[in-house]
Amino acid sequence: MSVILKAEKLRVEFTTRQFRKTTTKVALNGLDLEVNAGEIFGFLGPNGAGKTTTINVLLGFIQPTGGAAYLFGINVRQPIARQRIGYLPEMTYYYKFLTAEEILRFYAKIFKIPNAEAERRIDDVLKLVELEHARKRLIKTYSKGMQQRVGLAQALINNPDLLILDEPTSGLDPVGRMKVRAIIQRLKNEGKTVFFASHELGEVETVCDRVAIINNGELKALGPVSEIVSQHGANLEKAFLDIIEFQPETVA
Amino acid sequence: MKIICALAGVVIKELYRRKDFYVLFIITILICAVMGSINVFNDKQVIRYIKDIALLLIWISSLVISITATARQIPAEKENRTLLPLLAKPLTRTQLIFGKFLGCWVVCGLMLACFYIFFGVLAATREHQWPLLNYFVAAFLHWMALGVVIALTLLGSLVFAAPSSNSTICFVLVTAILTIGRYLDQLALSFHEPARSIVYSLYFAIPHLEWAFGLRNLIIHDWPVDAWAFYGLDILYSLAYIGIFLLAACLIFRRKAVN
Repeated sequence: MSVILKAEKLRVEFTTRQFRKTTTKVALNGLDLEVNAGEIFGFLGPNGAGKTTTINVLLGFIQPTGGAAYLFGINVRQPIARQRIGYLPEMTYYYKFLTAEEILRFYAKIFKIPNAEAERRIDDVLKLVELEHARKRLIKTYSKGMQQRVGLAQALINNPDLLILDEPTSGLDPVGRMKVRAIIQRLKNEGKTVFFASHELGEVETVCDRVAIINNGELKALGPVSEIVSQHGANLEKAFLDIIEFQPETVA
Repeated sequence: MKIICALAGVVIKELYRRKDFYVLFIITILICAVMGSINVFNDKQVIRYIKDIALLLIWISSLVISITATARQIPAEKENRTLLPLLAKPLTRTQLIFGKFLGCWVVCGLMLACFYIFFGVLAATREHQWPLLNYFVAAFLHWMALGVVIALTLLGSLVFAAPSSNSTICFVLVTAILTIGRYLDQLALSFHEPARSIVYSLYFAIPHLEWAFGLRNLIIHDWPVDAWAFYGLDILYSLAYIGIFLLAACLIFRRKAVN
């Protein structure tokens, strides 16, 4: 099975300077990761664990202090590494003055997709995310769930081989979550690779083939969901809490 | 180039769907139309004053639109987080800067065309003549000067966090250049060292936009058009400053973390 996403000894340090005092926070510490073609890979961790930092490195938003990351074997420092990926960030407010159709046409131009092909892709992705009826409406008239589905549509416009989703269901109601989950499941059936950062453990348990759990910038567990769950007994939530060594505080 | 044009297209759509331009255009039309309808002291040359004031209003409106529109481009992308899916696509940050610049510059060009056509109609109602070449030269070099202002504001938007502070600083800076920029060398003579050298350096470093501002006289007083080589140098001068500011913006943006 070919490796699509690879991180080698990834290290990221953030240096902040306040009142002449310099502090360094290690956000990622020697992270090694491999995602194979065709799998749905869950990337889990508590808040501040380093999930979004990892995604930011993979997308070239920040440069790693050490180590390297590759997409399709190309170093993420090169823009061409992003040609075959789709990315859905957490809570994005797309251009309110454009319609869904116009946004997708714009992103298609960035991928240099020929016009006829772009129109066909726009029809396909709008059908997939169930926004055909609202394709000519300005984004400012959309609900939160619809905006998230526009985000998913833009991530799919180039028919990517790898989808990177950063908490795709956060802030959505149960119906919105169900729709997004169904789309991810459908993408899996189409053979797409999905790298999926989330807090929703139930969701991850349902859709993911393998998961990685990180805490304080370090990889704590990696493997198939069933394997991790069986090692810790009960369910993924219990396994997750054990792995991150969560100590419940006594409430007085 | 296709990517830069796509980015510019979004900027153009944003600006024509916002109300800023329409409001300023209507206000300018109203002020100029009221001025044009009266004849103070039965002065036959009053049209020159009207033209002067109308061109000043056009300059102010164009500066306000170009600075405010450009200042919010990249901060808005950051605030709405649209910068993330955008940079996750195979485009470079340099392309993003050039796309934003091109979009703002094209919009300002279209806006100037509207303003100058209106101005031409207003002047023609009184003077019954169309000095088209003078209008073209004044409008074109006005547009080139706006290119420098847009590039400067784009650079400012990467240095200053808030669009409002960037807009204010750029507006003050451009107004200072237009009003006192040409006198800085004379001012330097009145200072002792090292202030003299500093003011002199400033005189040579700032983009002198006052030549474009001064071209209003081509229209107001119907001065003859200068040699084309002279305007060619003006264009090269503007392009050089646009290039310097955009290069600085690209260098800063490349080093910035976008998360």
